[in-house]
Amino acid sequence: MKFQKLLITTLYILFLLLPIYWLVSMSFKTTNEILGVFSLWPIEFTLDNYRKIFTDPTWYNGYINSLIYVVINTVISVSVALPAAYAFSRYRFLGDKHLFFWLLTNRMAPPAVFALPFFQLYSATGLFDTHIAVALAHCLFNIPLAVWILEGFMSGVPKELDETAYLDGYSFWRFFIRIFIPTIAAGIGVAMFFCFMYSWVELLLAKTLTSVEAKPIAATMTRTASTAGYELGLLAAAGTLTIIPGAFVIYFVRNYIAKGFALGRV
Amino acid sequence: MSIEFRQVVKRVDSDTHIYETDLRLEQGGFNVLLGTTLSGKTTLLRLMAGLEAPSSGEIWFEGKNVTGVPVQKRSVSMVYQQFINYPNFNVFSNIASPLKVARVSSAEIKKKVEKIAGLLKLDNLLGRYPSELSGGQQQRIAIARALVKDSKLVLLDEPLANLDYKLREELRDEMPKLFADTGSTVVYSTTEPMEALMLGGHTATLHQGRVSQYGVTSEGYRLPDNLTSARVFSDPPINTAEVRKQGGRFFLNQKVSWLAPRSLRGLQDNIYTMAIRPHHLLLNADKSGSIRIDAKVKIAELSGSESVIHVDVDGNDWVSECHGIHPFDSGDHTEIYMQVDRCLYFDQQQQLIRG
Repeated sequence: MKFQKLLITTLYILFLLLPIYWLVSMSFKTTNEILGVFSLWPIEFTLDNYRKIFTDPTWYNGYINSLIYVVINTVISVSVALPAAYAFSRYRFLGDKHLFFWLLTNRMAPPAVFALPFFQLYSATGLFDTHIAVALAHCLFNIPLAVWILEGFMSGVPKELDETAYLDGYSFWRFFIRIFIPTIAAGIGVAMFFCFMYSWVELLLAKTLTSVEAKPIAATMTRTASTAGYELGLLAAAGTLTIIPGAFVIYFVRNYIAKGFALGRV
Repeated sequence: MSIEFRQVVKRVDSDTHIYETDLRLEQGGFNVLLGTTLSGKTTLLRLMAGLEAPSSGEIWFEGKNVTGVPVQKRSVSMVYQQFINYPNFNVFSNIASPLKVARVSSAEIKKKVEKIAGLLKLDNLLGRYPSELSGGQQQRIAIARALVKDSKLVLLDEPLANLDYKLREELRDEMPKLFADTGSTVVYSTTEPMEALMLGGHTATLHQGRVSQYGVTSEGYRLPDNLTSARVFSDPPINTAEVRKQGGRFFLNQKVSWLAPRSLRGLQDNIYTMAIRPHHLLLNADKSGSIRIDAKVKIAELSGSESVIHVDVDGNDWVSECHGIHPFDSGDHTEIYMQVDRCLYFDQQQQLIRG
């Protein structure tokens, strides 16, 4: 029984990790090896692919661009969502439930729907190919998500905490910053993680709204052929590096995410 | 501080939570709001705190209209039924928080917090966080915070309801002492008549959004102004029955009657409502002129040294609470003895008939 359990778990993990292993192993191979031989591990181990990415600006700028708009987006999304979520969790107003649901429906439309209007809008206002353009576009998905997550965490905090603070003499903002935000820090962590993740992996809008200056790594990475022909090893190295920030962030918020799932909001 | 409700009404949407209320609470003492859940106790407290605004009417503190004054400026502190503390502050900072906001010097804060923490047996826990402590300790932090602020009005909304029996007794004993020296007016809400009696002071009985009586606790218990107060201020519920007065006697039915007390002899012959508390219905005759009534047992509950016996008397559901273990089966016939000198009589407007 024990053996069986272990076997199933091992197979499951192997199955999940196989594509990632393949990617990592490819990143240490030369393109010729990838195309020519079927090998489970790199025969001709090389770091050239990584060296190229870290020295060639057309590659490493992709990462910088992605990071810039992802960070801008995360900051905007969470700071806009905080007061909104607070309002949804603490006050009743006309149409609050409809509005809350409507926010979610924003996530139901495929990004492709918004690509054309955004492209047109940003071109007209001169925002095309800027980091802020992508960051703002991603807000369309991330703000509703952040509101939804934060509202769950905030509703878990009793309203009486707010009232106690007011009775103690706190003004609203002092309470909000000194007491409320630390109390729901876990929720903010989870919201930031999800904003980061969605913005980091989103390709369509990021690709459509940029050309050179703010071109994200995902766009650079997914062109299969360049002037130098196939560069599969390079692409694999880029892919490996793209996984790292996500893995890094998830490591820090792993405990909170469980809480978020428990609240049924993630 | 004197607190006055002047024609206060509180409506939420189409529900009326508090019907027009005029109430003046005793200054600098213990005031108890007694009533069942949803009777409006919490709403009255929240109106005093300023957490909610009355739909109409005014609230006056010390002869000043404070109806529109925001919470922060009212000199009020409040303890809730749930244990509310700032989770990101340790015990010391939790207690110190109202002083910090009021910009008291840190030396002064330290002195005051340590004194209060000592009173509430929190002195060893000052560096801990609320989530690491037991429910009783958490509630002590909340009480300490209410005390340290030295506010003129302290509101306690069923502060002991979520504690287990032992802790509840312990804190209930301490509470009046803690607040006695502060000179604050304390308003304490509870659903339990026994708690009101133990706390003493003054009690307002509430029923369905109306204050039915306000006065010295023990007097309110002994002589409730009206049937509603009598019902609210009795646990198990007070027994009532319609009685007919005829020629100096009260008749419960054809067989059972008793001589009206001297002070009520002159009362007009009519139908009245009689009320008697469960512990004045006995299973054995006592010397002081109790009368015998036939009853049918419905349920008998045993609680340690007491028995609570639900009986049917002429179609009235009555409860007798008596010492000792008296096992009955439902359906048993028994006789109960009513101490008629303990009966309260109410007229048809449900007002107490005082002799």
